[in-house]
Amino acid sequence: MQGPRRGPGRGPGGPGAPGQKVKLKDGKKTVIRLLGYLKHVKLYLIGAMIALLLSSVASLAAPRVSGQLVDAILNKDGNLLLQMVAFMGALYIISSLFSWLQQIWLVKVSQHTVQVLRKDLFDRIQLLPLRFFDSKPHGELMSRLTNDVDNVSNMLSQSMTQVMSSCITLVVSLVMMLTLSWELTLVSLAAIPLSMVIVRQVTGRTGKLFKEQQAALGELNGIVEETVTGARVVKVFGREPNVIADFEKSNEKLTKVGVKATVLSSVMGPLMNAVNNISFALVAGIGGWMAISGRVSVGGIQSFLQYSRQFARPFNELANQITVVQSALAGAERVFEIMDTEPEPEDDPQAYLLDKPKGHVVFEDVSFGYTPEKMILKHVSFEAKPGQTIALVGPTGAGKTTIVNLLMRFYDLNGGRIFIDEHDITDIRRQSLRDSLGMVLQDVYLFSGTVRENICYGKLDATEEEMIRAAKMANCHSFITRLPKGYDTPLSEDGGNLSQGQRQLLSIARAILADPKVLILDEATSSVDTRTEMNIQAAMLALMQGRTSFVIAHRLSTIRSADQILVINDGQIIERGTHDQLMEQNGFYARLSNSQYRAKSA
Amino acid sequence: MSGRNVKWLDRVSDRHPGLGRGLKYLLAEYWGPYWLATLLAPICMLGEVFTDLLQPWFMSQIVDVGLAAGDQSYIIWTAVKMVGTSMLGIVGASLCMYFSAKAGYGMAKELRGELYRKVQSFSFANLDVFKTGSLVTRITNDVTQIQNAFQSCTRMLIRSPFLCIGGVIMVLIISPKLSLVVLATLPLMGIMIYTLMKRAFPLFGLMQQKLDRVNVVMQENLAGVRVIKAFGRAEYEKERFRVANDEMTEVAMRANRIMAMSFPLINLIMNMALIAMYWFGGQMAFGGELQAGDIMAFSNYILQILMSLTMSSFMLLFVSRAKVSIDRVHEVLNTHSDIVSGEHGELEVTEGKVEFKNVSFRYPGQGGEPVLRNLSFTAQPGRTVAILGATGSGKTSLISLIPRLYDATEGQVLVDGHDVREYDLKKLRKGIGVALQESVLFSGSIEENLKWGDENAPDEVVKESTRIAQADPFIQAMADGYDTQLGQRGVNLSGGQKQRLSIARALVKRPKILILDDSTSAVDMATEAQIQKGLREVMHACTVFIIAQRISSVMDADEIIVMEDGKIADVGTHEQLKERCGVYREIVISQLGKEAV
Repeated sequence: MQGPRRGPGRGPGGPGAPGQKVKLKDGKKTVIRLLGYLKHVKLYLIGAMIALLLSSVASLAAPRVSGQLVDAILNKDGNLLLQMVAFMGALYIISSLFSWLQQIWLVKVSQHTVQVLRKDLFDRIQLLPLRFFDSKPHGELMSRLTNDVDNVSNMLSQSMTQVMSSCITLVVSLVMMLTLSWELTLVSLAAIPLSMVIVRQVTGRTGKLFKEQQAALGELNGIVEETVTGARVVKVFGREPNVIADFEKSNEKLTKVGVKATVLSSVMGPLMNAVNNISFALVAGIGGWMAISGRVSVGGIQSFLQYSRQFARPFNELANQITVVQSALAGAERVFEIMDTEPEPEDDPQAYLLDKPKGHVVFEDVSFGYTPEKMILKHVSFEAKPGQTIALVGPTGAGKTTIVNLLMRFYDLNGGRIFIDEHDITDIRRQSLRDSLGMVLQDVYLFSGTVRENICYGKLDATEEEMIRAAKMANCHSFITRLPKGYDTPLSEDGGNLSQGQRQLLSIARAILADPKVLILDEATSSVDTRTEMNIQAAMLALMQGRTSFVIAHRLSTIRSADQILVINDGQIIERGTHDQLMEQNGFYARLSNSQYRAKSA
Repeated sequence: MSGRNVKWLDRVSDRHPGLGRGLKYLLAEYWGPYWLATLLAPICMLGEVFTDLLQPWFMSQIVDVGLAAGDQSYIIWTAVKMVGTSMLGIVGASLCMYFSAKAGYGMAKELRGELYRKVQSFSFANLDVFKTGSLVTRITNDVTQIQNAFQSCTRMLIRSPFLCIGGVIMVLIISPKLSLVVLATLPLMGIMIYTLMKRAFPLFGLMQQKLDRVNVVMQENLAGVRVIKAFGRAEYEKERFRVANDEMTEVAMRANRIMAMSFPLINLIMNMALIAMYWFGGQMAFGGELQAGDIMAFSNYILQILMSLTMSSFMLLFVSRAKVSIDRVHEVLNTHSDIVSGEHGELEVTEGKVEFKNVSFRYPGQGGEPVLRNLSFTAQPGRTVAILGATGSGKTSLISLIPRLYDATEGQVLVDGHDVREYDLKKLRKGIGVALQESVLFSGSIEENLKWGDENAPDEVVKESTRIAQADPFIQAMADGYDTQLGQRGVNLSGGQKQRLSIARALVKRPKILILDDSTSAVDMATEAQIQKGLREVMHACTVFIIAQRISSVMDADEIIVMEDGKIADVGTHEQLKERCGVYREIVISQLGKEAV
């Protein structure tokens, strides 16, 4: 049980809207795999199923007894009445008890399974290469982690029992009905083809409408998402009337389709109800007529009517459950798809453990593209001696960030090799490689949690002094102490309560605390104001002492103090040398550099 | 001004209206146009309820009258009546569905529209308070939640009480004495359901919180994957997730265990009432007080009454989830923008002169030191004013006062000699072009994006703007040129390209005042120099404000305002400041080296 059952007020087409086509690639394989997750809770599952069987049978026997009760009353048989009342009481107690056990065990089964599934999924995501995250929008991944897992949970907790109890009800009711009166059974069964026709007709028509509704809802949500997230720009450009007009149009469309789809689909309930009522009336009429001739007792009719009511229900429920199960299996399939994604290849057991490297970095004829068709780096070779500062210079999109990504081994090469201290980085344990490299990324990313937690992300076991020293070096100690709770100030989601520059400073402190042997600064200082940057640079210079550093920066001062400048254009190193050497060459770099001086002399 | 702020905050913090108040509010405002449908839905439902109540009664007639007398035609005639009334039931139920869908969707449409228009009318301060992501959820998810709850209300929540009351009436008619069984069970049921719900409700609330936490950790792991990999914190994250996941599972188990108990327990009570009825009814039948058919009908009514009670209590749980949504929607609708158009609607920006007179500013709702303190300066039409200063020194705050994104707390901001608060907001902003720090683009073609500020801009203006912004070459290089479709928020462009497009977009408006808020940070130096050159040559009549970090971006400005701690440290040209302003000299040395000074 997951809260209330799906109410009859089926919403305006949630993910489980009927008629939504769900394509399964390999349903059988997915089911087998899901069953694997049930192994740990096998006993609970078996227990739940046995309890379900017992409770269903007990509750299904009750109408039979109630018929005999009616007959006992008609025949004024006090003894039989007492017996039957006691028997029925026992049946109901058994039924309730086992139904409770079944539900409790099933909660355990479904919650536990989903917990493990979610954990496995999350753990797997930790192993996936960056390439995977590039190719999938976050929204879609989130939906797999939440909606799809929830669907599986719903299926386990609801559909499984529903399907099973529907089947039991179907069989037991049919047997009971047949033993009571085969003639009345035939009358009852006559209603089934009719309900089937109705179900097919209605769902066939609504399916299309629900799809349309889904599309309209998607469009509307798209508009809202975009224009509300970008509300500031809408305002600045005075576009409110236009976006409102677009929205109204889409809103109107959704409403029209929605009403149509809902009305059509909700006719099904009353129609089925009517079919049931008609068959109820027929059974009552014919049964009454039969009772006069003594072919069936009054109590028999009473029992029969109750069974025939129950008999009709499973068809409906099974039809409902099929959609739920299908969308759950589709969800499970998407979840397994992530789990089957090739992780970052595991380290060779003999892989080298990089510990306190000297920081000698060599790129040897490196070629790389995020997609095989488009090479971002072409035959790049260079060498950084321990302790050197290498400036990467070039226009946006030239491949500077890519070089850094490759050094971190976020991606594997298409050609060539990269060495750190004479070891090919593919022979180094990945974690020891990344531990030795410190990176201040272009987009600062902070986590929810306190300032302290975010700085200590660089070194989980850092002491208070170490943390404060790092914060001071990155020049953020003073503003942190001015925050309401100092280092324990919680950051709002994505660190929104700090300015861009402050966030950058925090991420620098984080990197300083990690104390890497090779430092990578990826345009990190571009939105820190110039004055703060001076302080950072001083700190960075101290930090860079004895460390090999790669700097992607636009600032001439940084570039000029570098031991080597690599000028990158279109995926190739087109010039290299010190500032003075390159100025002398009077090439690409000189032009780039002069544009700054040109601006100055103008 | 500050007094108004306090009131506005009061309203925001005055959340958690009771379910009743929230419903009443929505009822008045949004169900209004659909009151007829809202009313007709439950009325039609009565038809179905009526049918459901009549069937067992007909049945008892067949047994007690038809069978007892052996009257075949009576039996068949009663069966025909049963079919007839059930047809009535279908009609009633179908109409109910129709009206309820109409009312539900209609209400949702109005509500969504109202919310959306409200959000579009919000000031920046309002947007800061709510966060745009949360506003999106409110307009989409929360409205859908309310609609779902509303539709089930019109169907089930009305149906169940009627079925219950009708059932009670029927049993009273059949036998007041035997009805005591039902009347004794009802309070017992009530107490039990209440106790269960009271325990389960808070747990479901808690479960939602824990689920949110799980989602936050997941979201962060997707967005921050590079950081996690760079620092090798996979194990740490796994642990963080494990804790969130375990906590959530634990609460979910507790909540669901209570729910697991409720159904069997309710069934048990219901069935025990049934058995008691058979026992006492049987005794009464032996004494001739009651007939067998009555007892059969009675058993049916008991089932109906108790079922409807259960249904409505579960509906309550469902609706209670909507309560949260109602509160969240309510909160938005009750917030009013604190920035409204001025009274001089005829005013337009003609020259572009900007003047700050003793301006102080503090973000609404934030205490402490003001962000800007007593600023005064004048920017003459056609001049280029650069603003330089440390992070948090108030640069962005300063420029956001010009197009009235926020209002000054004290002092006056004047454009062309008039207080900005006198202008019609639209006209004021029409005269001001802004490229914000974060370049937000919209789905649609590049051309549509460029014409965002002026749909009727001639092609030459668009072309010229993209040339100035150095965007023309890369647009031309795209397969579809200016017709290239951009994904949501321009996802298919690089940061530098987005920035150049958003500068061009601001230029297409042909503004009298242009504000570039650090909008070339992802553009390389050479390109930036080109953009500045273009601006000087073509936009010479336009007053330009540039916020930048690089000295090269600001050194050509007519005036440079150096900000420090919310105050103006100095104003002057590059040459002047280099001589006399210590802060400025430091910056120059750090970026250009000693020989530049």
